[in-house]
Amino acid sequence: MYTTKYHKASDAANAASLLGASPEAKILAGGQTLIPTMKQHLAAPSDLIDISGIAELSGVTIEQRKKLGVLKAKGGETITIGATTTHYDVANNADLAAVCPAITGLAANIGDPAVRHRGTLGGSIANNDPAADYPAALLALGATIHTTSRDISADDFFTGMFSTALNEGEVIKSVSFQAPANAGYGKFPVPASRYAMVGVFVAKSIDGDVRVSVTGAGDDGVFRHAGLEAALSSDWSSASAAGVNVGAEGLLSDIHGNAAYRANLIGVMAKRAVDAA
Amino acid sequence: MTEGIGARVLRKEDKRFITGKGRYTDDIIEPNQAYAAFVRSPHAHANVKGIDASAALAMEGVVDVLNGHQLTGDGIGNIICGWGVTSKDGTPMNMGAWSALATEKVRYVGDAVAVVIADSAEIAKLAAESVVVDYETLPVVVGSVEALADGAPQIHENAPGNLIFDWEIGNKEPTDAALASAEHIVEMDIVNNRLAPNPMEPRSAIATFNESEDHYTLYTTSQNPHVARLVLSAFYNVAPEHKLRVIAPDVGGGFGSKIYIYPEEITCLWASMKTNRSVKWTSDRTEAFLTDAHGRDHVTHAKMGFDKNHKIVGLRVNTKANLGAYMSLFSSATPTYLYATLLSGQYNIENVYADVQGVYTNTVPVDAYRGAGRPEASFVMERMMETAARQLGVDPAELRLKNFVKEFPHQTPVIMAYDSGDFAANQKQAMDAADYKGFEKRRTEAAKRGKLRGIGFSNYIEACGIAPSAAVGSLGAGVGLWESAEVRVNPVGTIEILTGSHSHGQGHETTFAQIVAERFGLPTENVAIVHGDTDKVQFGMGTYGSRSGAVGMSAIVKAMDKVEAKVKKIGAHVLEASEDDIIIEDGAVKVKGTDKQMLWHEVGLAAYTAHNIPEGMEPGLKESAFYDPSNFTFPAGCYICEVEVDPETGVTKIIQFTASDDFGTIINPMIVEGQVHGGLAQGIGQAMFEGVVYDPDGQQLSASYMDYCMPRADDVPMYQVMHQSTECPGNPLGMKGCGEAGAIGSPPAVINAITDAIGNNNLNMPATPSAVWAALQEASKQAAE
Amino acid sequence: MTKITMTVNGKAASKDVSDNTLLVEYIREHLRLTGTHVGCDTSQCGACVVHVNGQAMKSCTMLAAAAEGATVTTVEGLATSKDDLHPMQVAFKENHGLQCGFCTPGMIMTATDMVKRYQEAGKELTEDAIRHELEGNICRCTGYHNIVKSIQDGASKMTAA
Repeated sequence: MYTTKYHKASDAANAASLLGASPEAKILAGGQTLIPTMKQHLAAPSDLIDISGIAELSGVTIEQRKKLGVLKAKGGETITIGATTTHYDVANNADLAAVCPAITGLAANIGDPAVRHRGTLGGSIANNDPAADYPAALLALGATIHTTSRDISADDFFTGMFSTALNEGEVIKSVSFQAPANAGYGKFPVPASRYAMVGVFVAKSIDGDVRVSVTGAGDDGVFRHAGLEAALSSDWSSASAAGVNVGAEGLLSDIHGNAAYRANLIGVMAKRAVDAA
Repeated sequence: MTEGIGARVLRKEDKRFITGKGRYTDDIIEPNQAYAAFVRSPHAHANVKGIDASAALAMEGVVDVLNGHQLTGDGIGNIICGWGVTSKDGTPMNMGAWSALATEKVRYVGDAVAVVIADSAEIAKLAAESVVVDYETLPVVVGSVEALADGAPQIHENAPGNLIFDWEIGNKEPTDAALASAEHIVEMDIVNNRLAPNPMEPRSAIATFNESEDHYTLYTTSQNPHVARLVLSAFYNVAPEHKLRVIAPDVGGGFGSKIYIYPEEITCLWASMKTNRSVKWTSDRTEAFLTDAHGRDHVTHAKMGFDKNHKIVGLRVNTKANLGAYMSLFSSATPTYLYATLLSGQYNIENVYADVQGVYTNTVPVDAYRGAGRPEASFVMERMMETAARQLGVDPAELRLKNFVKEFPHQTPVIMAYDSGDFAANQKQAMDAADYKGFEKRRTEAAKRGKLRGIGFSNYIEACGIAPSAAVGSLGAGVGLWESAEVRVNPVGTIEILTGSHSHGQGHETTFAQIVAERFGLPTENVAIVHGDTDKVQFGMGTYGSRSGAVGMSAIVKAMDKVEAKVKKIGAHVLEASEDDIIIEDGAVKVKGTDKQMLWHEVGLAAYTAHNIPEGMEPGLKESAFYDPSNFTFPAGCYICEVEVDPETGVTKIIQFTASDDFGTIINPMIVEGQVHGGLAQGIGQAMFEGVVYDPDGQQLSASYMDYCMPRADDVPMYQVMHQSTECPGNPLGMKGCGEAGAIGSPPAVINAITDAIGNNNLNMPATPSAVWAALQEASKQAAE
Repeated sequence: MTKITMTVNGKAASKDVSDNTLLVEYIREHLRLTGTHVGCDTSQCGACVVHVNGQAMKSCTMLAAAAEGATVTTVEGLATSKDDLHPMQVAFKENHGLQCGFCTPGMIMTATDMVKRYQEAGKELTEDAIRHELEGNICRCTGYHNIVKSIQDGASKMTAA
């Protein structure tokens, strides 16, 4: 790979200032996407700011919902996941699995074990790969992305394939979301890369709001699917999801599957996501 | 004998591999080593108008930048195809020139035009990116059918219409007559998908020119170091044969792709002389996709006729074989003599005719890949047979059984003379193991779960141990296909076997030691196998085509015959007995019926001290042999694949894969089973996962593991592997060969099973989920109409 | 150039390397531990898997600098002594879990990591689980049959050990 200058950031603020100091600098967390990109000479950051050792950026916290004096329904806890929390640590967090198994299950199937030991949530969403899993989850869960300078809603954060609302010198610190009443993820991997050819995340909030997001399939990255949201809002069932006619417009075609196939998979994965929820 | 023939001896070579002490080419660092990086064409077809290397030459750490004009100027010769094929009209094949570094024209993406030599691999790579090449792009053609069409871009001047050869085999008029009068005709278009071999160790080379001795050493990832040395010296003029040492140390898989001598090895040797540095090059994976010879890529039309009793009366096949941009070493033989000679399959067919067009395209050169021609033949035969059974409404097993060759030897209309086999026995063994009778019940049960279950057969036959040198010579081979061995008994009785075969995963260090152990009653730990170094080992032909058993071990047996004869003479002399009464067993030379004996090491010592050996006998105990087989060998078998398809997604899961093989004598069943497992995974890979895809501009869309789907552990099942053998009469051990069978037999079984499950016979490889889903949509659309 | 220090196979290692040096290059080129291999460019084949601070990681997809101060184990350091083999190494030999040997170090490092995780979590390592866990390791020779068997056997050997 091209030459680069490596920096170990001491904390998030330090990372942001190092990042701001050079227009060609990049944040390095787990590096599971960035390093291969650099090896293939597809990226040439002048500086790499390693945030992987920063304690304040790692870990999962779960804040219980305030008791309202009524019977406690499922969901509603505030979940915060640090940007450098690895997929492995998300997947194996028992407390998180108890309140949001959809997110731990999703993390358990990103990449392979070695990649999960190193890859991070922050790295996944900052890159916004059109076939990554986490963007689908955050969009469907209505998550908030907390950076060194502001809070950004997932709806605003993901701005298209490989593109986000992050400004120069802005570092993701964590994401937070309210535990859903019900959520599930259905992923169909590309046989070769095992990235999502189609991933559908369905979530119903404790207020009954339904959001459905799709990764892997869109020609401009992760997106919400209005038809599936409408169907599942009126009837949260796999049959209802299966009844939606998913069109192929705006979907990717490549050597692994054309848009029609991806459209079919969106319906099937949505159905399976509801079943899994 | 716990370590002899038939014993599951654990591998002697494993310890170094499991402890990380294997020594592969890239593990070696020579003093004063520089690194090569190639400047490769990004265009599939272009004229090279100029090369500006000034920026690269100015970079710190760059030793030199060399181009094709310098290479040809130094007399380095063109890369050649070593097997001449003659067209129908008697003309020789039209081979275009292939320079290790292109001079005037590039013909595929990845064609090298220059090489940078630098102090580090990274500098070399960066410098290579800075070389500016002025290309004038030309129209591109990537498919064989398109390349033969009128007006297609012309790739080599001396191959008009991109036709390399138009070859035929078999009896044309009788075949056409038989088809014309046949009761039933089955006709199909069959595509055999292009594959990338993908041994896990990428190719690598380190070349060192020693100026003071005027001598070259090349470490390289080769399946046949002697053949490499021969062509490097005799054809490419890199160095005279006696001034060139080629070493293939531990090699991480080959599957055919490491037979050939590529531009990179030639260039490294030459560059070492030019720069007076050791020059190392190691391919990365994408470079491997762009430069390692690909496999398969046939487009075939086949027509098979049956009489009213469902006996095959004739088969006519036309195949267009895409050979890529240049003719690789055995590229002409693979789609001709290794393919069409097997178009009689396991069946007694009086009339077979095939013609094959070899075609240039703007793609990576295509050559032998595990199976080499035989997987393509078995795919045609077994897809035709299964399709015929469906169209005739008969059981596919019974249709095959009815048409099997049952008497041996059997002369087919396409050269081959099958020497042995019991096809019905293999079929029965596989059907019993696969519970064929219970299938319909399982299909019904699966349907209740919403799954489509299917079953498919493949009764393959292949030809291995290629084959009498005079015969292959008459068919156009530029080399003899014998093998050599030397058996060295040391003064202390330990034994070194020097073999011309090369092990790159096959376990020769163990299997070869077992036949020595069996013969002389010695523990395998007393036997060492030496291979892979032209300075140590006598000339040999290397390992490919499942030849190391039937040919390589036969050479060892022949050398052991000579050792045994001498040992008996020494034993008779020392023990004062008649030679006829001498027997060798349990590591001792004994006089039959007495307690007189010499221990094995005492014989060795006697031979080397020469104090007391028969008068006139030369001291020492070392014999060599060259073994030239009398015929091909014919491994065969029956494979049955059972699948379940998820109709919602098109995902196919292999529920059970059963393989009954006839490999003749088996030395180490553990190793043989391992060879079958690996072959099956590659065949299943071809059928369901793998495929090189080009866009119309000649860019490979599948040049990394992100897009080329290698079978993973969760893609394949546990395999049921079993044997039902007949002894091969053609060689002393009765062996047939096992290295390629799995890859040859499995693809049709898989596709027959999937097409059975989905009820649509129109399905190409690889049968990916999206392809299967599309075939299901097509089937339901047809059903609705 | 930066001095990068880590503990590799129980021994302190310290080398001046450029910032863009990958961990696998540090291990292979600078420490000359060549058992760790490189089989692809896209982090998929797993021939380069080592343990970093006790977890399996792809050394081709990590900078040496990011492993500063880490404890690294490669296949050469898996056995407790020179004359000994790790139970997983024994299992690969006894079950013919390797042919050309190139993917083997990565397979063994992945296998020991997976068995450790499953045993610590008290989860059963089924055949399906092993195949799923091997998603990041490609073998071209064995068809995986004997690798799966080796890991099953290695797991019970590791329990017994």
